Amino acid sequence: MTRVVLVTGVSRDLGARFARSLAADADVDVIGVDVTPPRFDLGRARFVRADIRNPVIAKVITASAVDTVVHMAMVATPGGAGGRSSMKEMNVIGTMQLLAAVQKAPSFRKLVVQSSVSVYGASPRDPAKFTEDMSPRVQPRTGFGKDSVEIETYVRGLARRRPDVVVTTLRLATLMGAGVESTTTRYLALPVVPRVLGFDARLQFLHPSDAVAALLLVTRRDVPGTFNVAADDMVVLSQAVRQMGRPEIGVPQSLAPLVAATFRQARLSDFSADQIDALTYGRGMDTARFSEATGFVPTYSSRAALAEFVASSSPGLLSPERLEGALHSVESLLTVRTPRG
Amino acid sequence: MADAEIIQLGSAGRAGRGSRSTPSAAARGLAPARRTERARPVPPTLAGDDADPTLDPASAPLPDASPDTDATAEPDPDVGLRATDGADPEEGTDADEVPLTLGGLVGDLTGLLGQALRGLTGVPVEDLRAAAANPWDALLRLMEALGIEQPDSWEETLAFARSRIAGDYAVDDFGFDPEFTERVFLPLLRPLVRSWFRVEVRGAENLPADGSALLVSNHAGTMPLDGMVLHAVVHDEIGRHVRMLGADLIFSTPFSHDLARRTGTTLACQEDAERLLASDQLVAVFPEGFKGLGKAYADRYKLQRFGRGGFVSAAVRAQVPIIPVSIVGSEEIYPLLATAPTLARAMGVPYFPVTPLFPWLGVLGLVPLPSKWIIQIGEAIATDELPAGAAEDPMVVFNVTDQVRETIQQTLYRLLTERRSVFF
Repeated sequence: MTRVVLVTGVSRDLGARFARSLAADADVDVIGVDVTPPRFDLGRARFVRADIRNPVIAKVITASAVDTVVHMAMVATPGGAGGRSSMKEMNVIGTMQLLAAVQKAPSFRKLVVQSSVSVYGASPRDPAKFTEDMSPRVQPRTGFGKDSVEIETYVRGLARRRPDVVVTTLRLATLMGAGVESTTTRYLALPVVPRVLGFDARLQFLHPSDAVAALLLVTRRDVPGTFNVAADDMVVLSQAVRQMGRPEIGVPQSLAPLVAATFRQARLSDFSADQIDALTYGRGMDTARFSEATGFVPTYSSRAALAEFVASSSPGLLSPERLEGALHSVESLLTVRTPRG
Repeated sequence: MADAEIIQLGSAGRAGRGSRSTPSAAARGLAPARRTERARPVPPTLAGDDADPTLDPASAPLPDASPDTDATAEPDPDVGLRATDGADPEEGTDADEVPLTLGGLVGDLTGLLGQALRGLTGVPVEDLRAAAANPWDALLRLMEALGIEQPDSWEETLAFARSRIAGDYAVDDFGFDPEFTERVFLPLLRPLVRSWFRVEVRGAENLPADGSALLVSNHAGTMPLDGMVLHAVVHDEIGRHVRMLGADLIFSTPFSHDLARRTGTTLACQEDAERLLASDQLVAVFPEGFKGLGKAYADRYKLQRFGRGGFVSAAVRAQVPIIPVSIVGSEEIYPLLATAPTLARAMGVPYFPVTPLFPWLGVLGLVPLPSKWIIQIGEAIATDELPAGAAEDPMVVFNVTDQVRETIQQTLYRLLTERRSVFF
């Protein structure tokens, strides 16, 4: 029997990659949905231009007898959606409408939702790694974090009303790798990186290919539950900035929101308060539950994913190659000066 | 109301919780007269020693104790104070007066200063001239004099600098950077440990060479230097890193967050403690927290409440031994005179330290007094023999907490009697 999978948010990179990989299976019929035409190749997947906030989506679902819905149409930055209110509309209201539409569909039996690490918030009272059962120490109150929490609440509501449906929520870590366009990658690629003074955030990444692999795994198999998906290791922000070869400026913590606002005005980067907290205190996820349930092992470590991004971006002002010259002269000076050599 | 039975706290029976043989600390504090009958083992070193008679609370005269203390439930803070002061041999018999304790400290410090000045014989003019001629060599010699270890070779140092510049190093889940800790942090800390505090470690054989264990220590000295010193001495003894558990204030304060995470500290919460203990780490915890760190100089070496016993349940759950650590000397590095609560509240910190030197001398006031430290590492208390589910039994947890606390407190008293002076 051919499975019919509806994928939302296929116009963006990760959605397109996922739809393409899923459609490579001959017995899976993939319908990609988004409000804008796809910018990336969708392969065998069909594209339907529809807005998930419009009840017409219900007709698409019933007409094609969709059995699995993969919801990936989340917008992480207000810039990408045309303002914070429009972003919230797409994330929260979009999810509500989509879930309302699928709840009635007779053929519907599986839901996969892409959530994010931002549901855990970030604060100095956080444990080193969050497991799925832990609640945030400080509830995210703004931006994408709050949206993600609300999306997960609606998803849990649907799971309660339709106990026959397999519901999987994947909390993905910050995506990192060549060609990834996100707040974090734009921030790291700034010519001079402002960093909150006296803090060094721990960062955990996920390579897009691993994200797609994890989503494919839970779409093909039934793995109900909420799971953290991330590479196992951590890098610290200062280390990431060094690898990028960017000079950095220390910003006192009290001035960080002001600096973020200035950068937003200048359209350089787009940070909400919860993202500033994450880049101040750092956060990590424990991925043991997902690997136990599915045997999934990410192919890229955080360091490898970062290294791939570094290699694909232009070298910074203080790149290791440029500093090598200075180091070399210090070295020659030392060998002359000290007989110890 | 008339038929209600009124039981006075601490006036009869075993009040509070405690083990079968000894009443709890709270019970002892409430019933001052009972203190004299309390079974606190007298340190063997006192026997035959011409030690101060006030050292032994059992024979200590209590001039204030009125004959009816048996019936009253009034806690008498003076008694406790005097008992501790008495245990401090530097004060002599004048321990009754609190101001004199500081006087003794100043006297000792003057002696130390005199000795240091005598050691400074003449200005080394020749050396200064040589330094001007070859500053690089002079820097090396200065580092040597300060006791900062020199790197094995400059190639190695440059390789280290290269890996730092390229960001090519690994940190663990908690942000711990072992390379930075071993190459930068510990070498800078060692002169402080070896030459300034002249730390003497006793019972190093009780440190486990492998496997996880929970070190529990007293916490004192206004600034958490004791944690760093413990890290340095344990690393020097057995080559393992001690992973500290710290308060959330550490992680919300700039620079302290950075340094703490780099050197292996993480938040004192159940999840992190269990994660560390499950990964074969040596974990250290200071259950007194800010109550111990920010206590007045007059209360030195009096252990505060040991949190809520969370460290015990973590150790019991992970079935790792608890190793009591008693640190003597940390109390005198910054003698805390006042905490300026209003200023502290305005700054959002638990206390604002006022010491004889800080804030009067500004940055110079941050130089710790060179007290002589003794770190006694006690014998491990096994937790793997406790029955299953003991971590969920509050009574077991309280009892083990009390046992650890009593062990550290008694070791502190014993070390204090053995100490000749605060600074030698």
